[in-house]
Amino acid sequence: MTEPKITEDLIAAHGLSPDEYARILTIIEREPTYTELGIFSAMWNEHCSYKSSKKWLRTLPTTGPQVICGPGENAGIVDIGDGQAVVFKMESHNHPSYIEPYQGAATGVGGILRDVFTMGARPIAAMNSLSFGEIAYPKTRQLVHGVVEGIGGYGNAFGVPTVGGEVRFHPAYNGNCLVNAFAAGLAETDSIFYSAASGIAMPVVYLGAKTGRDGVGGATMASAEFDDSIEEKRPTVQVGDPFTEKRLMEATLELMQTGAVISIQDMGAAGLTCSAVEMGDKGGLGVTLRLEDVPQREENMSAYEMMLSESQERMLMVLKPELEDAARAVFEKWDLDFAIVGETTPDDRFVIMHHNQVMADLPLSKLSSTAPEYDRPWQPTEAAEDLADVPAIDPIDGLKALICSPNYAAKQWVYDQYDSQVMADTVRMPGLGAGIVRVHGTGKMLAFTSDVTPRYVRANPEEGGKQAVAEAYRNLTAVGAKPLASTDNLNFGNPEKPQIMGQFVGAIKGIGAACAALDMPIVSGNVSLYNETDGTGILPTPTIGAVGLIASEDQLIAGEVRDGHVALVVGETAGHLGQSALLAEVFNREDGDAPTVDLDAERRNGDFIRTNRDWVTACTDLADGGLALAAFELAEAAGIGVTLDSSDMGMLFGEDQARYLVACNFDQAEALMIAAGRAGVPVASVGRFGGDMVRFDRSSAPLAELSGLFRSAFADALG
Amino acid sequence: MKAAILVFPGSNCDRDLAVAFRKAGADVSMVWHKDTELPAGTDIVGVPGGFSYGDYLRCGAIAAQSPITKALRAHTERGGYALGVCNGFQVLTETGQLPGALLRNAGLKYICRPVVLNVATGDSAFTAPYGSGAEVVFPIAHHDGNYFAEPDQLARLRAEDRVAFTYADNPNGSADDIAGILSENRRVLGLMPHPERAAEPVQGGSDGAAMFAGLVSVIAESAAPA
Repeated sequence: MTEPKITEDLIAAHGLSPDEYARILTIIEREPTYTELGIFSAMWNEHCSYKSSKKWLRTLPTTGPQVICGPGENAGIVDIGDGQAVVFKMESHNHPSYIEPYQGAATGVGGILRDVFTMGARPIAAMNSLSFGEIAYPKTRQLVHGVVEGIGGYGNAFGVPTVGGEVRFHPAYNGNCLVNAFAAGLAETDSIFYSAASGIAMPVVYLGAKTGRDGVGGATMASAEFDDSIEEKRPTVQVGDPFTEKRLMEATLELMQTGAVISIQDMGAAGLTCSAVEMGDKGGLGVTLRLEDVPQREENMSAYEMMLSESQERMLMVLKPELEDAARAVFEKWDLDFAIVGETTPDDRFVIMHHNQVMADLPLSKLSSTAPEYDRPWQPTEAAEDLADVPAIDPIDGLKALICSPNYAAKQWVYDQYDSQVMADTVRMPGLGAGIVRVHGTGKMLAFTSDVTPRYVRANPEEGGKQAVAEAYRNLTAVGAKPLASTDNLNFGNPEKPQIMGQFVGAIKGIGAACAALDMPIVSGNVSLYNETDGTGILPTPTIGAVGLIASEDQLIAGEVRDGHVALVVGETAGHLGQSALLAEVFNREDGDAPTVDLDAERRNGDFIRTNRDWVTACTDLADGGLALAAFELAEAAGIGVTLDSSDMGMLFGEDQARYLVACNFDQAEALMIAAGRAGVPVASVGRFGGDMVRFDRSSAPLAELSGLFRSAFADALG
Repeated sequence: MKAAILVFPGSNCDRDLAVAFRKAGADVSMVWHKDTELPAGTDIVGVPGGFSYGDYLRCGAIAAQSPITKALRAHTERGGYALGVCNGFQVLTETGQLPGALLRNAGLKYICRPVVLNVATGDSAFTAPYGSGAEVVFPIAHHDGNYFAEPDQLARLRAEDRVAFTYADNPNGSADDIAGILSENRRVLGLMPHPERAAEPVQGGSDGAAMFAGLVSVIAESAAPA
């Protein structure tokens, strides 16, 4: 098969700059073949190489006594005691989901699940953080329907409970939605699998689904801005099959039990190329592949297409040769393809053979080690302007505006479409704070949350970055969990623009400071840049996924508000309204600075909740929407009214950080106040739960009416 | 009491069903779909929820042709017990062991949430622990749970008191609000809601536990020497 000539246009179409191409020439000392050009472009695009972000990612805290494996593998691994570990990661599938929402979102879920079970962990929980354009934008509803159905269609069939997530709407996402998928799995600490190959002349085995032409060049597509031609990029989106993935997981976990697996890597972005290079590079070995042995779904596929295909549900593995038959039997049992497609070699070469023809012969370790790394110029984000006057309004009207907005309305329309209970270990369904699953067969539980407030990050990247971590910390704390570690999914615009790079740098600084102070190291993550359409960037959206441990059932805080409960706010309220939900939803304003995050106060107040959980019946963190929204949500979940003794905008809707709302009986409240005095934690009684009205000082409305609005607004907006 | 849980490729509630049976004291074995026989002495077969064969063609249609389903049919024809939950119910209608079919939900969307069910008859080993007229809460999680049967089939189900559970607030368009039905000999139950997901308080409800406990004790009694 003859390959196209290498031309300037071809190089540009592969997303490689002239400088990058010159670097290729220096490394291989000749003109690359077409297949080799494809391999370089796959390895060096932003999505796979982190070339703009690496410098800054290195500054994040990634270690701690609880961390078994930090960033760099398929997923992070954290010790949860008793020889068990939680394995988790969050990853974006933004560009594909915008082009083809159902398949884009579905394969996003598939990819993250694969990352987890590749390491030997059975997935036990999933979450999704979704950002869409404004509802009125013509494409938004179609995207929401497609993305939600895609997530459900894949996750439900695979059989992992979706226990939480976020859904937000903002015009900045009109041309570029975000789909960030999180998955967590459970592994035994003595049975974890990594990607580094070892041993020479070991068989490289291809497992799972057949290779087709879908997704060729997907990672390169995901590393470019969008313009009007996106429809033409539809063929770069992969197609998912959860049925195959479910079998692939069962077969892979079963195979691992046999002891046959030396190393394993899933085929995600840039498929066969990335996975083979990764295994060879980490093991300090070369790899030779014979492509005619790759199971193929389509006829006459070229070496180029096979190396760049992003067909889903595939794995690459290095196997102990003496256990090949046992391994093959497992895959035959599950009716999956199993093919030896190459072997490890002692020299540092990545050799691609196709029908006895050498299609590529490259220095393997240089493919990743010499990938470009940029210190992009960046410009610090200017300090936000002072907040203009906020007119006083009837506070119940303010609450109504929030709960009728799809941003703050109940998201049952979304969560009902996800199986949140498969595996029968779900302790708390999605909708209110962190999702919780039991560690199967034990009394332990894991709590999961994903958080970010993009408005804050735009106004003040550093405080906004801190806030995302702090909110995750609080959501875990509010259910009684001890936060363990985090994963970051950093979604930004074009890093070649200094102001965008400045947002990125600021957010990383904030995230790093908060993760260090709150002891939640980043153990895995993903960077998604170039989230721009026609030159307009998204709101900077560094999503933080976090995991916490509830060591025994008596530590769980999952009580319901009861009639007569006292409403207490733990933490200091100053009434910060800059960048608040109230401003955005009621006044259509996004001015002022983000709230400041006092990390010492976060830590102290979080520890206070955990230490005094006996006095806490129900608890929620205070985040956007402030006390008014949190009190309403807690009351509404229990079907009981609430009275707050203030009509002050800042008291009710302010978004000061490091705060929790606690509901408990009078005796508990007294005990909590005494403990607070000792611990130096501010606790204020702000009202009580009871009756069937929601009352903010002199303004009130029936709970039933507000509840109806809250529960119907999202479906009405999407209908 | 011996329970056998069938495992099709794509089943994903097989473990959940096994856990619920074990908790009730049953001796549980998992049976692979390519097997042709059930373990000797099987008292009840659990046909689990999930997406057997990816739900390709029609939910449950391919599983109904699986080698193990011949053994399942022989088991129920001998008067053995069977419980089909969600996809398991779909399989049992596809094999013809239960009448009717499960169509796409009337709202066209997948629905996962706890629902209130009315126990329409207490006259079966599955429902006796609740008694006719009781209310229970089980979660549902399905895309195709809209029960359909011809009018004469529905009339017959009613006449023979074979409707086991009905929805208090029909979530999916099911005919006569039907959530679960019994076979003629009342020993095969198919239902869309998941009793195994409501088997202990930490799951948010434990109404399902009584079904498994009841089955274990009824079957153990019937097996005991007279």
